[in-house]
Amino acid sequence: MARMKFLCDADRCIECNACVTACKNENEVPWGINRRRVVTINDGKPGERSVSMACMHCTDAPCAAVCPVTCIYPTEDGIVLHNKDLCIGCGYCFYACPFGAPQYPKVGNFGSRGKMDKCTYCAGGGGSEAAGSAEEFAKYGSNRFGEGKLPLCAEMCSTKSLLAGDSDVIAQIYKERVLKRGYGSGAWGWMTAYHEDIKV
Amino acid sequence: MTRFEGIRLFIVSVALLIIAAVPAHAQKLGPDGAPNPTASVTDQGTLLRQAPRIEGRIDIPDLKASVLEQPAGRTWDYFHEVLLHWGAAVVIAGTILLLGLAYLIIGRVRIAAGRSGNKILRFKAFERFSHWLTAISFVVLGLTGLNVTFGKIVLLPLIGPDTFSDVAQAAKYVHNFTSFSFVAGLVLIAVIFFKDNFLAKVDIDWLKQGGGFIRNKHAPAGRFNLGEKLVFWLSLVAGVAVSASGFLLLFPFYGTDIPEMQLAQVVHAVVAILFIALILAHIYIGTLGMEGAFEAMATGEVDLNWAKEHHDLWLARRLKEDHRDESAATPAE
Repeated sequence: MARMKFLCDADRCIECNACVTACKNENEVPWGINRRRVVTINDGKPGERSVSMACMHCTDAPCAAVCPVTCIYPTEDGIVLHNKDLCIGCGYCFYACPFGAPQYPKVGNFGSRGKMDKCTYCAGGGGSEAAGSAEEFAKYGSNRFGEGKLPLCAEMCSTKSLLAGDSDVIAQIYKERVLKRGYGSGAWGWMTAYHEDIKV
Repeated sequence: MTRFEGIRLFIVSVALLIIAAVPAHAQKLGPDGAPNPTASVTDQGTLLRQAPRIEGRIDIPDLKASVLEQPAGRTWDYFHEVLLHWGAAVVIAGTILLLGLAYLIIGRVRIAAGRSGNKILRFKAFERFSHWLTAISFVVLGLTGLNVTFGKIVLLPLIGPDTFSDVAQAAKYVHNFTSFSFVAGLVLIAVIFFKDNFLAKVDIDWLKQGGGFIRNKHAPAGRFNLGEKLVFWLSLVAGVAVSASGFLLLFPFYGTDIPEMQLAQVVHAVVAILFIALILAHIYIGTLGMEGAFEAMATGEVDLNWAKEHHDLWLARRLKEDHRDESAATPAE
């Protein structure tokens, strides 16, 4: 069974934010929520790198572990989905997430955050809605994965910096790039997310 | 070497040292003279060795999102799912076990002289109100709080995910708003009982006499004995700690960032668990563990013989006061 992952090749990211826009458009994410974002390290200095980051769909996902109602779970493809019907908006997944992926529709005091929202790997929702249905789309966004497609952010990345797909395949592509060009800043977040790095 | 040469050598060495220290950000050249792109590579391993998390600049207004990576989330996950689960289970089950053992070994501490039938007021209505306001809030907060940690293990398999989610959602709001009545009760208790809880010399005697748990040994005490004073002070400290950390959790990210929110949760959980253990012992001694103790907080009145055996100094003072009041109230005819 394939293990779906994201890989951002920071040496290719030109900080165009097309992935952010694509995600918002494809999933019709509410205002104030960014399932994907681009963070620039050492901005304006030598060694500047931009990294596109969203939910990494971690191995042993900490969000799923700390969830008091166990509404977050990994699918058999390793995609971490959640069920908004069960979510109580406690905010624990945000405290546990190493990548700041979970978001809430409201800036809520007294625990009134609303239901958590995060990247679904364009694989729809983890609830009881039928795959590809309008209900699922309204709650979780697009289900491209069910149609055999990969997340739109990676699919439309103009420099192919952001890769999505089976772990072995994208790791191999990245390795070949690093070997060819002679350098690489590593697969950002992989060690934290998947307990493994890509050694070249 | 002349003195002038010595100074020149010194200046040159300093200049060389400065030059050597500067090019951390300058472009490095490869062996062939071309810019070496690898040299300026910012890799996450180096960044994470410098600081516990990687932060950058971001275009969206949500500043929290500028944190790219914080591996400490995994550590907090470990605390929450392993250390807290086991620690809390051991502490709470251990306390219940110890109290059960105490009941089996020492048994219910009886009023040795039996009931006298005469009562004396120990806690006024407002004192009892303050106690029960805090007590009921505490039980509600304790149960709803434990639900966050243990609900998915204990309650979820029993009632199913949908019902449990509704219960947990309600429990979350109950927990968040009951906090205010708890803090109100805590403040009242702190103010009302403050002066009676200063440690005194008699507390050492009380301890030497086995704290009233040893039959045929009398442990002297004022209005509160050392055990009660400890419950008071520990509750005050724990109460302030859970309230302060709890308010940080109620108002997330007001002056706090993710590690501080994690820390607030850790403090809140650890102190709350110890607080629950302390209050379990307090509940035991106030109900099952001692005859005649519960009525002090129920009706406010205790039996004279109970007061004599457990709070002799307080009783003596009270009787003296009453006597004085009576003689003042009924002037000589």
